[in-house]
Amino acid sequence: MRRFSLATLLREALRGHTGWAPQWRDATPKPAYDAIIVGAGGHGLATAYYLAAECGVRNVAVVEKGWLGGGNTARNTTIIRSNYLWEESEAIYEHSLKLWEDLSHALNYNTMYSPRGVMMLAHTVHDEQVLKRHIHANRLAGIDNEWLSPREAQEFCPILNTDPALRYPVLGAALQRRGGVARHDAVAWGYARAASALGVDIIQNCAVTGIRRGADGAVQGVETERGFIAAPQVGVVAAGHTSVLMAMAGVRMPLESFPLQALVSEPVKPVMPCVVMSNTIHAYISQSDKGELVIGAGTDVYTSYSQRGGLHIASDTLEAICELFPTVRRLRMLRSWGGIVDVTPDRSPIIGTTPVPGLFVNCGWGTGGFKATPGSGHVFAHTIAKGTPHPIAAPFALDRFRTGRLIDEAAAAAVAH
Amino acid sequence: MLIIRCPYCEANRPEPEFRHAGAAHIVRPLDPSATTDAEWAEFLYHRDNPRGTVAERWRHIHGCGRFFNALRDTVSDRILSTYPAGQGRPE
Ligand SMILES: Cc1cc2nc3c(=O)[nH]c(=O)nc-3n(C[C@H](O)[C@H](O)[C@H](O)COP(=O)(O)OP(=O)(O)OC[C@H]3O[C@@H](n4cnc5c(N)ncnc54)[C@H](O)[C@@H]3O)c2cc1C
Ligand SMILES: [Zn+2]
Repeated sequence: MRRFSLATLLREALRGHTGWAPQWRDATPKPAYDAIIVGAGGHGLATAYYLAAECGVRNVAVVEKGWLGGGNTARNTTIIRSNYLWEESEAIYEHSLKLWEDLSHALNYNTMYSPRGVMMLAHTVHDEQVLKRHIHANRLAGIDNEWLSPREAQEFCPILNTDPALRYPVLGAALQRRGGVARHDAVAWGYARAASALGVDIIQNCAVTGIRRGADGAVQGVETERGFIAAPQVGVVAAGHTSVLMAMAGVRMPLESFPLQALVSEPVKPVMPCVVMSNTIHAYISQSDKGELVIGAGTDVYTSYSQRGGLHIASDTLEAICELFPTVRRLRMLRSWGGIVDVTPDRSPIIGTTPVPGLFVNCGWGTGGFKATPGSGHVFAHTIAKGTPHPIAAPFALDRFRTGRLIDEAAAAAVAH
Repeated sequence: MLIIRCPYCEANRPEPEFRHAGAAHIVRPLDPSATTDAEWAEFLYHRDNPRGTVAERWRHIHGCGRFFNALRDTVSDRILSTYPAGQGRPE
């Protein structure tokens, strides 16, 4: 891997950028590996990278049915924050946020992490109480989160409409200043490049069609479109398709898959200096470096793998955006798309071992896993390498649905992303 | 947006008239005290979540108010049939 530096950039600029080599190897499958990761999204690639970089497991394949980073990784609105309510969640999302802060440097790849602040709006007394409860819990855990009055919220985001006559007036906001956004593609590419340089094989256009188990029940490898690949350890990191993959090993999951949509507007000069989220009226917005407003909508109400989502879901969000930010009313939307998100009953992820020896799973990130990409990959890699859960991952075990020890971010916050 | 046929009203109606109510044909354990934690987890949380045909419950909240079931293809989102609650899953 050729490292990026001021010197290499200058040299290539002067040579018309003719000297760059591909950033990772597009590998063909070998017959066997020490570990196979199913799914080359951000989480799967991060897992492979940390396996190779920190756990000494380098004979690893990442097997992807489409192209690298073409799933939810490339479809999400890239909101990053760590101000969740419960201690288990605070631990994993804050672990991740700390990794984001140094990620571009660690990977030698610009992931464009931009801590521009995530502001979550309160529109009702209930919202205000919930957000303040989060603020207090976060501060006890040493995580930044602060309360803003409507005037302070408008100072932070000048185009926010704080007119008290609104149908859902802004009563205040919770602000996490270290929250922000990052470049989703760059995260997948950066991990792929760094993992590939350490010897990880990234195998694209190779759907896993079966999970082979031996007479003892343990995993032996995966059947793919390009033949059988053997490995004593398999980690499934397939987001919305996790139920389908785990069913191949005979494991039924506490998951449901829903379409989640996003849209971008035509590009405009900078108007939106931060990320604004409103859970009550279901709208999320930020502005990309290209100038497009990036808008996240809600999920459809029914399970689906259609990767589209209903138009009425997106238009509900646009109505809310137009009321909160009247200045954007005449903007046109350029594109909309959907991803399939895997939702758990308590809206917390599932990370760890499964009833099948050698089979591991990392899923259930639902509508909000992009922010967790580095932390999730990190703790999952350690879990696979040791065979037992990393301490931060341990509370997120699949078994919690049997013991009843849920991590109920849904009831706590009713928050997406 | 789906167009859903309510089997009671015998009318095709737009999706916002309905509320989705999760997977269908899930039977609550008959003897709760004899039910293990693993069986409760199956009943409460574990779902087939198929890529293909799903049987699911809908409620016609802005119409007759009643629950019914639908078979739907989760890849095309096409509704294959709707039928009254209590009736077995059609072939
Ligand atoms: C519209 C939208 C907006 C979102 N906004 C945010 C946000 O603002 N902030 C946030 O934190 N999160 C957000 N999310 C959630 C976030 O995108 C996901 O939680 C996260 O990307 C999941 O990461 P992943 O790497 O597991 O998924 P993916 O990138 O989906 O990776 C899974 C991979 O598995 C592959 N795969 C599936 N089946 C097979 C098979 N049989 N064989 C081989 N490979 C297979 C897929 O092709 C895919 O590439 C959003 C999601 C969507 C859809
Ligand atoms: Zn009806």
